[in-house]
Amino acid sequence: MSALRAAGAIMTRELARFLSQRERFFAALVRPLVWLFVFAAGFRAALGMSIIPPYRTYIPYETYIAPGLCGMILLFSAMQSSLSLVNDRESGTMRLMLTAPWPRWFLLGAKLVAGALVGLVQVAAFQGIAWAYGIHLPPLGYLAALPALALSGLMLGSLGLLLSARVRQLENFAGVMNFVIFPMFFLSSALYPIWKMQEASPWLAWICRLNPFTHAVELIRFALYLQLNAVSLAVTAAAAAVFFALALWGYEPARTRPPKGE
Amino acid sequence: MIRALLLSTLLATPALADEIWVTNESDDTVSVIDVATLAVKATYPTGERPRGITFSRDFKKLYICASDSDAVEVMDPETGAILHDLPSGEDPEQFVLAPDDKLLYIANENDAVTTVVDTQSRKVVAQIDVGVEPEGMGISPDGKVQVTTSETTNMAHWIDTTTHQIVANSLVDSRPRHAEFSPDGAELWVSAEIGGTVTVFDAATQTEKGKIAFEIPGIRPEKIQPVGMLFSPDRTKVFVALGPANHVAVIDAKTFTVERYLMVGRRVWHLALSPDGTKLFTTNGVSGDVTVIDVAALEPLATIKVGRFPWGAAARPTPN
Repeated sequence: MSALRAAGAIMTRELARFLSQRERFFAALVRPLVWLFVFAAGFRAALGMSIIPPYRTYIPYETYIAPGLCGMILLFSAMQSSLSLVNDRESGTMRLMLTAPWPRWFLLGAKLVAGALVGLVQVAAFQGIAWAYGIHLPPLGYLAALPALALSGLMLGSLGLLLSARVRQLENFAGVMNFVIFPMFFLSSALYPIWKMQEASPWLAWICRLNPFTHAVELIRFALYLQLNAVSLAVTAAAAAVFFALALWGYEPARTRPPKGE
Repeated sequence: MIRALLLSTLLATPALADEIWVTNESDDTVSVIDVATLAVKATYPTGERPRGITFSRDFKKLYICASDSDAVEVMDPETGAILHDLPSGEDPEQFVLAPDDKLLYIANENDAVTTVVDTQSRKVVAQIDVGVEPEGMGISPDGKVQVTTSETTNMAHWIDTTTHQIVANSLVDSRPRHAEFSPDGAELWVSAEIGGTVTVFDAATQTEKGKIAFEIPGIRPEKIQPVGMLFSPDRTKVFVALGPANHVAVIDAKTFTVERYLMVGRRVWHLALSPDGTKLFTTNGVSGDVTVIDVAALEPLATIKVGRFPWGAAARPTPN
């Protein structure tokens, strides 16, 4: 019971932090919307994209990148969460949380679930605006995508957790942007179908196929069209498990001690 | 007992479904699409370069313009066997069957004539000189007026079906390729491929009632080439295939304004409605497929691969 209360407290804190930062919510929405309104409009696929699963007919480019942008929101949200963990550690809140009388995996897991929930709220807001903009997906697809979005959020959140165990200072977060967010997003199927990458370079296409973010995006894309992409589900789930396990290992007490001199 | 028997017969009957038949210009075949499953269930060989396609009123015979075979072929839709040819004149591209099921009006692209063939006696009844490169063929619901459009002369020729004489000529925009009467016979719609417009005429006076132009963001105007047209089942809308613009325009039949553009495959030629009126099928020449549109929601549902360069389409209700 008290474990639940502890988990509840962690989640409430995470949600409250998100809701109190209106700029953060705004920024989280503006980023994908800029991609949708500006980048996709400039791409000009007014004549339609070739048909690839899960699509059953020709689609405009805006429709193609919508699932990728949902993934992008989860990616940024996870990294933001990771940033807040680094902040927590600097401010000492982290030590307070980790000294609570529950297993470490439970506390970090609660933190992870809270972060994923925040991501889902942002995705829902984005999908609402995209719908008003004219991107209409099968109505049940929005529901079917929830588990896919949640799993993707957990996978990316675990990656964030793993990074926060390694990144010691807030200042280093710029490096995370350069070496994690950008490659993950651009070297995936979020912006272009993999066959298009294949035309550019088979190497790029292979990197895309190995990128867990590609599988998160494809899992979401297929779910939005009421289909299950089993390979993407397996890869996303496996990646989530591996990242979370590595993060737990990274948060071993021996490894979380502040550097000497502090 | 009887009820049980009836029920078992019903269950034993294979699922019957409405069909859409599509001519594949480059494959010399017709593809048969099952409307229920949206899958191609049969492909039958035809003469060379099949284009125009239409069923007899009882759906027992299928007429196909085999352009490069210089014949109109008559197929048995149950077996796919060619029953016989009809004389058609040279290079028949498109045709229209009179409401009485008897006379077939055929556009002979190279000869600048409209050939009238009696489908029962299999004889040419008349040949009417029209403009250069005739193609679009429409007939009024009462069967009294036939309209042939000529692609190079840029005219719609109004032909009296009792005398087989041209009674009027109306100038339209460049390269008219399709003529369609409104279901009440009051209006004639003519699409101009190069002009990029659709002209609506008052059928009684042959005067222009309105002209519709198209504009799709992100698509160059010269790509917008209207060809096939079809009235919606409730007659409130007209669907216009826009060729290499890869879209079908939905037009309000009363106000002549474009309501929406629907994305389909590459180079959309002609259209057919499922017999129950719920789905619209478009032939996409360059991409070799057929896009299915939900008529109520006005949303593309699926795209089905057929043969190479699908051109014409015709619907057949549940065979019995």
